[in-house]
Amino acid sequence: MVTAIAIVRLKDLFAVIMLSGIYSLLSASFFVTMDAVDVAFTEAAVGAGISTLLLLVAITMTGRAEHPDRHKPILALAVVTVTGGLLIYGTFDMPYFGSGQAPVHLHVAPRYINDSMTEVGVPNIVTSVLASYRGFDTFGEVVVIFTAGIGVLALLSVVPRPVTIAKINSLNDSLHEQHLILRIVSKMLLPFIMLFAFYVQFHGDYGPGGGFQAGVIFAVAIILYAMLFGMITARRVINQSFIQLIAAVGVLLYGSIGVVALLNGKNFLDYSVLSDDPIAGQHLGILLIELGVGLTVASVMIIIFFSFAGRRDYLRHLNDNSKGSNNTSC
Amino acid sequence: MGHYNYWIVVVLMMIGFYIVIAHGNLIKKIIGLGIFQTSVFILYISMANVEGGTAPILAEGISRYSNPLPHVLILTAIVVGIATTALGLALAIRIKQAYGTIEEEEIQKKDNLDC
Repeated sequence: MVTAIAIVRLKDLFAVIMLSGIYSLLSASFFVTMDAVDVAFTEAAVGAGISTLLLLVAITMTGRAEHPDRHKPILALAVVTVTGGLLIYGTFDMPYFGSGQAPVHLHVAPRYINDSMTEVGVPNIVTSVLASYRGFDTFGEVVVIFTAGIGVLALLSVVPRPVTIAKINSLNDSLHEQHLILRIVSKMLLPFIMLFAFYVQFHGDYGPGGGFQAGVIFAVAIILYAMLFGMITARRVINQSFIQLIAAVGVLLYGSIGVVALLNGKNFLDYSVLSDDPIAGQHLGILLIELGVGLTVASVMIIIFFSFAGRRDYLRHLNDNSKGSNNTSC
Repeated sequence: MGHYNYWIVVVLMMIGFYIVIAHGNLIKKIIGLGIFQTSVFILYISMANVEGGTAPILAEGISRYSNPLPHVLILTAIVVGIATTALGLALAIRIKQAYGTIEEEEIQKKDNLDC
C-alpha cells in the first residue's frame, strides 16, 4: 500500500515503474501467504518481470517526465472517497475473511477438491480446473492473448531494415567491450532458464506451474538474450514470421483438440476420448493444451517485446535522418 | 474486523482509480489501471483463502484446501492483463508519435487547434 501511494506522488516515471515492479513482487508474496502458489508464480514472472520491462521500453519512447499539474484533484479525490466509502459499506454483508462457510466454497469447489483426483487424476487442482473443467474458459483467454499480440503487431510493426553480416559483426565486437561479465554470466544462465521453463511446463500437473507461467519464463529468456546481444542478433536467431506462426499454432492446437473431442461424439474439450482409459486421456489432453497455451503465451510475449524494441530502433533511425532538416508539421 | 481484507482491496482500488482520473499522463494512467487490476486479484485470492487450509495440490494427510477456482480465474487474468497492458502501451507510443506528447490536456489542445 505504501508503494501504491508513492506511485501516486512521484512524477519521475522511471521511479514509478520500478515501484510498480516492487508492488507486483509484494503482491506475489501476499499470494503465497494466501496459499495461491500458482497465482503467485504467475504474478512474479509477469508483474515483476515482463510488465516492468515493457513499461521501461515504452518510456524510452514517450519520455520519462510527467506533467506536474493534474486536472481537478479535489473533485477526483471526492469521487474516489465516495466510491470507496460505498464499497466499504458494501463489504459489511460479505462473509468473514477465512471463513470456510462462505458461499464461494459451497458450490463447485467441493467437487473440484473431492472428485478431481478420480475424474482427472492430476494432483494440482488448479491445473485440472484450468485445463479440464474450465477448459473452454481458458481457450477464450488464450484467444484474447493471441488477439492482443496481433493488435500490438498491427500498431507497432515496422519492416526491419536489411542489415549486412559485416555490420552485425562489428556491432558484436563493439558490444563485447562493454558488459563482458554480464554477457558471459547470462550466456551461462540462459540454458538453465529455458530448462526451468520446460520443467514448469511439463510438471504443471504435479506442482505449481503450467503453460502460462512456462510461456512467460521462456519469453523472458529470449528477451534477456535480445537485450544483451542486440536486437539484430536476436532477430537472426529467432525469425519473426516463425514466431508469429508458432503463436497461431498454439491456439490452433488447443482448438483442434476440442474439435477432436467433438468429432468423437463427446463435448468440446472432453479429453476422455483421446485414449481408451479416460484418466490417461485426460492426462494427454491436459499436456497437449498446456503445450498450446505455453506456445502461444511465449510467442506473443516475444512478439510484443520485439515490436516495442523494433519501433524504438525505427524511431531512432528516423531521428538520425531528420536531424538536419527541421520538419515540424502539425 | 473480519472484513479487513476487503478494506485493503478497496483502498488499493481507490488509489488506482485516483491515478486514472486525476493524472493526465497516459503511461501513469496505465500503471494506475495495473494497481486497480491487482486489487481485484487480491480480492479474489483473499476470498479463496480458508482458515487452516493449504495450497490446492492434493497430498496425503491433508483435508482442507483453499478454493482452487478463484486461483484459476486470476492466473489467466494476470496473463491476459499483461497482454492488454502491452496493447495500451502500444497505443500510447503511437499517440506520442502522432501528437508529440502523451499528456491528455496537450492532446486535447492540439485537437482543438484543428490544424
